[in-house]
Amino acid sequence: MTGGVSAVEPTLDSPLEIAGRAFRSRLMVGTGKYRSNEEMVRAIEASGAEIVTVAVRRVDLDRSKDESILHHLPADQYFLLANTAGCYTADDAVRYARLAREAGFNDFVKLEVIGDRETLLPDVAGLLTAARELARDGFKVLAYSNDDLITALRLEEAGCAAVMPLASPIGSGLGLLNPYSVRTIKRRLGVPVVVDAGVGTASDACVTMEQGVDGILMNTALAEARDPVMMAWAMRRAVDAGRAAFLAGRMPRREVAVPSSPTRGMLE
Amino acid sequence: MAPIPYLSSMPELSITVNGEHRRIPAPATLDDLLHELRLDARTVVVEHNRRIVRRPMLGETALAAGDAVELVHFVGGG
Repeated sequence: MTGGVSAVEPTLDSPLEIAGRAFRSRLMVGTGKYRSNEEMVRAIEASGAEIVTVAVRRVDLDRSKDESILHHLPADQYFLLANTAGCYTADDAVRYARLAREAGFNDFVKLEVIGDRETLLPDVAGLLTAARELARDGFKVLAYSNDDLITALRLEEAGCAAVMPLASPIGSGLGLLNPYSVRTIKRRLGVPVVVDAGVGTASDACVTMEQGVDGILMNTALAEARDPVMMAWAMRRAVDAGRAAFLAGRMPRREVAVPSSPTRGMLE
Repeated sequence: MAPIPYLSSMPELSITVNGEHRRIPAPATLDDLLHELRLDARTVVVEHNRRIVRRPMLGETALAAGDAVELVHFVGGG
């Protein structure tokens, strides 16, 4: 017998492709804020993620042993995506991106140019400037953006390999605040749209994927869960479920009830 | 106790490493600096006066007084 269970397996989905490279998982995870490296590694394994983000920082000259995240993440097992987190100007972001590329893993960068310390919302002007420069320099730029369509379109024009609108502010766990915006961005862009930041729990991830976006990047939702490994397990399934539901095509919303059982054949 | 003539007369370079002031024996290359700091060149990226220096060039890049060096690597982040 064919069909059956396999008919709903998300493996029937096409792989996520960014800048000509195929990835098996639509869930990307960060490596910050975990209580221990051991817990981080187990959570990442449970998430099934292939793309894993890292940050570029100064080596601590007093105790440099075993401090690099690479001691814990086998570089052959994960695709390391360096970010420019913490950068507030285009120049800084370009500088960090170049340092990250020099570490020698790949020429992908998750570009962040932050405009405000309280909300960590992106500085759109700085973001576009940095995106243009990095794209010209051969980087595959995945740009962390707000959920504004025009910004997303300009980022695509700037040569970004993917646009990453937020669900809600970084580390807020508020979930997908504007499904309409994210859906519109996805509909209008040719490059992949990966929602980055704001997902708090599995239902947030599922609803986000149901909008038809290509993937989700999360960090705090796992790192700050009481049990990060179990949350990673849940997120993996939520992303698969949301993706499958999108591909399956949901029923229309109605303002009235429609009975599921026949109205005919009732007893007199 | 009188200072040991050899040591006190050893030339030194005053440079900045990761924002911190440091003195290292001169002459010195970037490779020497990494040795002094017990850092493996394969695990750090070196920026010298705002220019990235690739690994094969570390031993050929001399440090001068007042130079600024940044040594970075990957840490956990989202």
